[in-house]
Amino acid sequence: MEFLQAQLPRYLDGAWITIQLTLGGAILAFVLAMLFGIMGTARFWILRAITTVYVEVFRGIAALVVMFWFVFAIPDMSGYELDPMFAAILALGLNVGAYGAEVVRAALNAVPRAQVEATIALNLSWFQRMRLVVLPQAWAQMLPTFGNLIIELMKATAVVYLVGILDLTAVAREVRTGTGETIAAFGIAFVLYYLIAQVLIFGMRLLERRANARLGRTPPSGGGLMNLLRPPSVGTRVGVAK
Amino acid sequence: MSPSDTPENTTAPGGGNSGEAPAEGPLIVFDQVVKRFGDLTVLDHLDFSVAHGERVTLIGPSGSGKTTILRLLMTLEKVTEGHIWIDGEPFSHMPRGNGLVPAGETYLRMKRKRIGMVFQQFNLFPNMSVRKNIMEAPVHVLGVSKDEAAQKAEELLDLVGLGDKIDAHPTQLSGGQQQRVAIARALAMSPEILLLDEVTSALDPELVTGVLDVLREVAENTDITMLCVTHEMGFARDVSHRVLMFDQGRIAEEGHPDQIFGDPRQERTKSFLKSVLENGH
Repeated sequence: MEFLQAQLPRYLDGAWITIQLTLGGAILAFVLAMLFGIMGTARFWILRAITTVYVEVFRGIAALVVMFWFVFAIPDMSGYELDPMFAAILALGLNVGAYGAEVVRAALNAVPRAQVEATIALNLSWFQRMRLVVLPQAWAQMLPTFGNLIIELMKATAVVYLVGILDLTAVAREVRTGTGETIAAFGIAFVLYYLIAQVLIFGMRLLERRANARLGRTPPSGGGLMNLLRPPSVGTRVGVAK
Repeated sequence: MSPSDTPENTTAPGGGNSGEAPAEGPLIVFDQVVKRFGDLTVLDHLDFSVAHGERVTLIGPSGSGKTTILRLLMTLEKVTEGHIWIDGEPFSHMPRGNGLVPAGETYLRMKRKRIGMVFQQFNLFPNMSVRKNIMEAPVHVLGVSKDEAAQKAEELLDLVGLGDKIDAHPTQLSGGQQQRVAIARALAMSPEILLLDEVTSALDPELVTGVLDVLREVAENTDITMLCVTHEMGFARDVSHRVLMFDQGRIAEEGHPDQIFGDPRQERTKSFLKSVLENGH
């Protein structure tokens, strides 16, 4: 208990860094995923080709290598030093964004052709079709996978101690070296990672539920908050009148 | 409009873009239109025209090309050969230099403003309320104010008998109700040409009447030109000025509904009508 009291502030500092990396990486990944995912469904082959190159390059390279590149190689080449936090967010965002772009592309392509035809019959422009019809419908489909990706992203932040960032994992390692309390040192990190993940999962399920409600799908067992602790059943449709 | 107003099969304006169409010329002209999907020829050098305000029903066995005609007019498909003209102006193609080239997206957006379509599967947007389904296109495409669009949505929903469903979600409606909302949505864009693609085929029999009643009302009270693909022969007889019987991508027979249904001349038409009647439509 004394150990916990003494070390907790350091852990919370580390956890805060982990949260910042996760949220920063997620925002960047989201923007990239949307941008490249939408480009991946474009009519012009050049836009689709750009998406393919981005996805294949950043999906194929470990985020850690990209991070090393930003933190060590680029300063060597150009003389500019990147802030390690910024470099880490960039590397994580580029990596997870590549996975996300594929999720977005698949979700957009899964919107029924008939929906697109209805927008043509109403003479909507490409942009209006995307904004009013296709993206809102694809959104519900993207969210479950986005939920997995943000958890993956959060766990992937654990490598940033290798570029000198004092995240949750780095704190745990330091505490262990400093105190010799291996079990407690990693036990606390274990619990904190778990708590962060639970908050993220909870938030994603809330978003999912809202997205499904907008499409007229309601969870079969009602909408109580406790239901968010269970995984939602995707695509359940009830209450369709005949 | 009496059936005698129906124009004869007007010769379509040939290639080139010279010479202005007469003011009272046909509204829609198919000029030697060919549509192929791979090796399959769906429309085979088709010529036909539709007058302003005319209501034409297209009948024929499935695969005879009727739906393809509507889809070409809605620009959901492109012609393989030939041209489509609307009001004397090229529609499937656009003028460039001295000739015509396949129409680009910008040109199509300008031209298809006049055309609306109702689909077999309704295709309402599940991410919007009934109100939004009807309002969004007038607001975003025509630039109508939100208040005006909302008021029009209410009027149209009253017209189709669903005034109380304005805040409902499409999934809360029956198929027949969804289709009536889809009709209201198409009408909200004030189309001059309305395309109806087997609009009752996906409905349970007891819901068909409500949808057809709405369309009868639209036919009676507006001068919208209608092209209608249907197996509802009674409806076709009531509302259309002319019936076209399609077979294998060509018009097998055409005429006034009383003649086509009462005294079909072609064997193909007779056997088709017989099979439809036997299937209980």
